[in-house]
Amino acid sequence: MFGYEFYIDPERCIGCMSCVNACAECETHRGHSMINVDFIDRKNTIATVPMICMHCDDPTCAEVCPADAIKKGEDGVVQSSLKPRCIACSNCVLACPFGVPKMIVDFEQMMKCDMCYDRTSVGKRPMCATVCPSQALAYITAEEAAAQRREKPVNEFQFGNETVRTRVFMMLPPDQERLSLDVADYMWEQSDEIVQAYEY
Amino acid sequence: MAKLPAPVEELTGKYGPHLKFIPPGGWKDQSRTAERLVKTHCCFCGQQCGIKLKVRDNKVIGFDPWEEFPFNRGMLCPKGVKRYMQNEHPDRLLDPLIRTDAGFRTATWDEALDLTVRRIQEVQAKYGPDAIAIYGGASLTTEKAYLLGKLARVALKTRNIDYNGRLCMVSAGVAYKLAFGIDRSPNPWSDIPKAQVVFVTGANIAECAPITTNYIWQCRDNGGKLIVADPRLTPITRNADLYLPVRPGTDLALLLGMLHVIFRDGLAKREFLEQHTTGWEAMEAYARDWNPDKAASISGVPPASIEKAAHMIGEADRAMIMHARGLEHQSKGVENCLAVINIALACGHIGREGAGCLMITGQGNGQGGREHGQKCDQLPGQRSITDPEARRHVAKVWGVDPDELPGPGLSAVEIMEAIHRGEIKALLSICFNPLVSLPEGEYTREALERLEFFGVIDFFLSETAQHADVVLAGSLHEEEEGIVCSAEGRVIHINKAVDPPGNARSDIRIICDIAARLGKGNYFPFVESRQILDELREASRGGVADYYGITYEKIDEQLGVFWPCPDLDHSGTPRLFEGARFYHPDGKAHLQATEFRPGGDPVDEEFPVYLTTGRVVSQYLSGTQTRRIGALVDQYPEPRLEIHPRLAEKYGISDGDWVAVRTRRNEILLRAMVVKTIRPDTVFIPYHWPRERSANRLTHRTLDPRSKIPEYKVSACQLRLEKKGDPLPVMGQSRV
Repeated sequence: MFGYEFYIDPERCIGCMSCVNACAECETHRGHSMINVDFIDRKNTIATVPMICMHCDDPTCAEVCPADAIKKGEDGVVQSSLKPRCIACSNCVLACPFGVPKMIVDFEQMMKCDMCYDRTSVGKRPMCATVCPSQALAYITAEEAAAQRREKPVNEFQFGNETVRTRVFMMLPPDQERLSLDVADYMWEQSDEIVQAYEY
Repeated sequence: MAKLPAPVEELTGKYGPHLKFIPPGGWKDQSRTAERLVKTHCCFCGQQCGIKLKVRDNKVIGFDPWEEFPFNRGMLCPKGVKRYMQNEHPDRLLDPLIRTDAGFRTATWDEALDLTVRRIQEVQAKYGPDAIAIYGGASLTTEKAYLLGKLARVALKTRNIDYNGRLCMVSAGVAYKLAFGIDRSPNPWSDIPKAQVVFVTGANIAECAPITTNYIWQCRDNGGKLIVADPRLTPITRNADLYLPVRPGTDLALLLGMLHVIFRDGLAKREFLEQHTTGWEAMEAYARDWNPDKAASISGVPPASIEKAAHMIGEADRAMIMHARGLEHQSKGVENCLAVINIALACGHIGREGAGCLMITGQGNGQGGREHGQKCDQLPGQRSITDPEARRHVAKVWGVDPDELPGPGLSAVEIMEAIHRGEIKALLSICFNPLVSLPEGEYTREALERLEFFGVIDFFLSETAQHADVVLAGSLHEEEEGIVCSAEGRVIHINKAVDPPGNARSDIRIICDIAARLGKGNYFPFVESRQILDELREASRGGVADYYGITYEKIDEQLGVFWPCPDLDHSGTPRLFEGARFYHPDGKAHLQATEFRPGGDPVDEEFPVYLTTGRVVSQYLSGTQTRRIGALVDQYPEPRLEIHPRLAEKYGISDGDWVAVRTRRNEILLRAMVVKTIRPDTVFIPYHWPRERSANRLTHRTLDPRSKIPEYKVSACQLRLEKKGDPLPVMGQSRV
């Protein structure tokens, strides 16, 4: 669907697993879900995060594939492995910074979210974003996202020295440009002591 | 004799629940291509999401989102996604069953129906007409609910008919009737995003009404504030601007404290109250005693939070208060709901876009199922069964003498108590699993064992149906056409997707066949649902719940019709009380003081911990359907005891340990789930499971005196570490 973007907003997620169940219904992966819903720390919080494939501009999974089985389409969607090429080595599973690809033993093949090509190619939204009751997974235009949501869509992630840009956006609190997972990225450069003000 | 005809293991081995993981024909591509898509609705909760069922070879093989349906626009919870798995299920009853000395045997329809009617007639001849009771259900279409009411009052002439909705909305129903003269949620859900403040009290929206979540998030996107009152941090609390950790059973104290502040600080709209309401003086006078300190001492909510909540609601131009079972499942459930209404009206939040109080119906047809005649005190159209004019109208539609219509009967729990006392000797039940869903499960089992005759209409052999003498194999939601009314008050069209399999029959045919064998066939000439709807429209005409103008065609054209809809050219009534016109003859809302009183199972030294019960997102009610769907069971396989680490430490309990939970009724053994998301004086157990894991073995039969709803939400319990266990697995989808 032209002009539509995929947004993940963990703040909206209620952990119902509707996305996981709906994804598993797809004809191509037959009972296996390509989505994870993580219960972050159930003892201390109700926080949950849904994760689909982020569809990186420069996909690490494809880079590390020894069989050249993972392709990115012109639409920016990174596909599941090509069955004739995939050797089920799990390199991609280990390499993905977001922990997305899965080696499906039944199929002897890595499979992952391909953003429901069967649906988007005929003008439908991906299944998970269609059913999601909280719209934590949303497939809408950038204009709609700007008009309806107050969070900031971000698609740049910092892993150490590596900047990963993705097709899928993660909603962050307003004013945050990128999501980094390393404390060092919030410190004054070359300083061990002073931590930059980090405001939500 | 309704004792189990065979050991439990043998019955469950044969009739389930078995888990189904794979669609009919398997996952292979070719067998999953639908011949047709049927637009209908989910069979589960009161949200009644639109869904398209994929049909092939008279089987439901999958689903597709129905994005045009305005309420959910394609959104579905996991139960909706997997609902189709109940079709073509290995546990499905394909023939009538008759009890033998060693289980059940299949029977022909003539044999099963003849036996049913003969036994009913014997009981009635010996003990009188009221010795048989009928149990209905709120998952039935409105046509079936109507037909059951007529079966009871015209064919069986018993006054004892009630339904499992008695365990769900009735406290709100009574309160709204008292205050407004009508029992319906006043606003369409599209109003929620327009509110400036939403107060959710006693409603686990994310798990029990998941689609409503997005309406609340939209409100928040628009700058709205969210207040949540609950003993647990339920998933929507993650974004609450104010969280009120109310102690189980003390919601009324919290609400009275808020009302106190609203009057004390001049936030009440006195002009509105004077013009459009009666009774507010007494309400204000009673609230004067409930300053925030007193309210806090009872409810456990800090006084400052009570003040803040009252000010947020009182200062807003548009606020909505949403409430569900948390308020209703108490022996003062009606008072709790009245207190919500009092707050809304005191602040003038009613009858406008983004302003109102909303009861969130829990069951699929919880709303429609109580409007047209399976409730013990009502005739079709929300008419009172004691109102002579109402009796005349309905008797005329039915072609009977009004004096022959029975009077009001016993409610659901009272029926079980009358069975236990030996006063009611026979029971005909459809769409109800009281052994799991009624309080004090052992008492229910004893009662069932005392029945002289127990007939059941159902599609699976539920735990209750295992006690039956005759089981009539009925139909699933997708096997009959009809209407239901959603939480919004929107009447929608359930389309038939497939025929009942094997020798199973449509519920409507079964009910009409019973009536015919009772010699009343001339009152039940129905071959299809449409004929019943036409009669129901006439029977409801002129009543409060007026459906006269509602047809299947109009529903399809408008994607639902909000009742009242008194004429064929009327498009329905999405929002009630516009211009502050209420449904009492004087046009005013009748407010009442809501007196605080203690609950029926008080906490004391021996039973020092509050026990509250509820639902999880992947299971539905007594689990008759959802405990047979593999993916939903995997998501939450067994009931767990939610307990705060501070309380757990006191008993030496760690995550995953086996804990004995004992109340004044009974004891069950569960694994502990140690979480900081619950009050440290309270434990929570979801109730969807039977027997040794059944939360309702622990609950008590104290009823609200007016609504007759049981007090599920607050019991007193003691805890004992039984044995150590491994920590529970991490929730959610495994990454491996």
